[in-house]
Amino acid sequence: MAVLVVILFVAICLFFNLLGVVSLFRFPDVYTRLHGATKCTTFGTLFAAFAVIAHSVARYFATGEVRFLVLIIHTLVAAGALLVTNATGAHALARASHRSGIMPAQAVVDRLEERESEKGGATA
Amino acid sequence: MYVFVVSFLMYVLLVWSGGTIPAVEIGIGLFVAIVAALLFRAWKPDRHWHLRGLNPIRWFWFLYYIFGPFAKGLLTANIDVAKRVITGEIRPGIVKVNPGLTNDLSKTLLADSITLTPGTLTVDIDDDGNYYVHWIYVTDENPTGEDIYGPFGLWARRLAE
Repeated sequence: MAVLVVILFVAICLFFNLLGVVSLFRFPDVYTRLHGATKCTTFGTLFAAFAVIAHSVARYFATGEVRFLVLIIHTLVAAGALLVTNATGAHALARASHRSGIMPAQAVVDRLEERESEKGGATA
Repeated sequence: MYVFVVSFLMYVLLVWSGGTIPAVEIGIGLFVAIVAALLFRAWKPDRHWHLRGLNPIRWFWFLYYIFGPFAKGLLTANIDVAKRVITGEIRPGIVKVNPGLTNDLSKTLLADSITLTPGTLTVDIDDDGNYYVHWIYVTDENPTGEDIYGPFGLWARRLAE
């Protein structure tokens, strides 16, 4: 039973991480690629963490060894760190790209560009 | 105070490996936590040693937010992006929205929430608190906050203002 849950979680993880990779090829520019690369990989990797947790819970109840409890705690900390750093990293990349003058491809509107040209160039 | 308590607890949590924790590890944890707290204080001198960040009710709401609305947003975001990856149907653009938040923590929380939820990615924030959000499918060039982040603005205000 626990094995089935773990396999399900790993399958979801692989599916979304694969979509993240495909999005790097499908999307036209850095911003849209970041959408795929952050959302899909965060969600996918969270499920990798869930798989580890499900496995540890099952093993903990089967054997009663404390090291599985420790593994659960460490995985939860890693998942929390992942949620924060992935979003922040994407934000830093997008901001740095825009300041370096890389404009979004196929954009219908770009308010940030408008603000920067008001201030006289992308040096704000 | 907040930085001290959280870094100390985090250290102890990571060190714990079943059984009791040796005193020397507690000592190292205290030392690291004090250094972290002093560094934070040197970096932001206007933050005092207040206890507001340790209020358990706030932590409860924060956990509720992570596992409730935020998890739901993350799920719909992924299904949405997955659909766009497969169909290639995009209409990108950078829009401006002002949620009117004043404090650094709530701004960070909202920016991270925007990035991980449907079709949006925070690119920049200016000094007036305007968010520049990259939107993968622009339906309205002058959107309201609700269009971009749904209920997250209210949540950021409730949790961190």
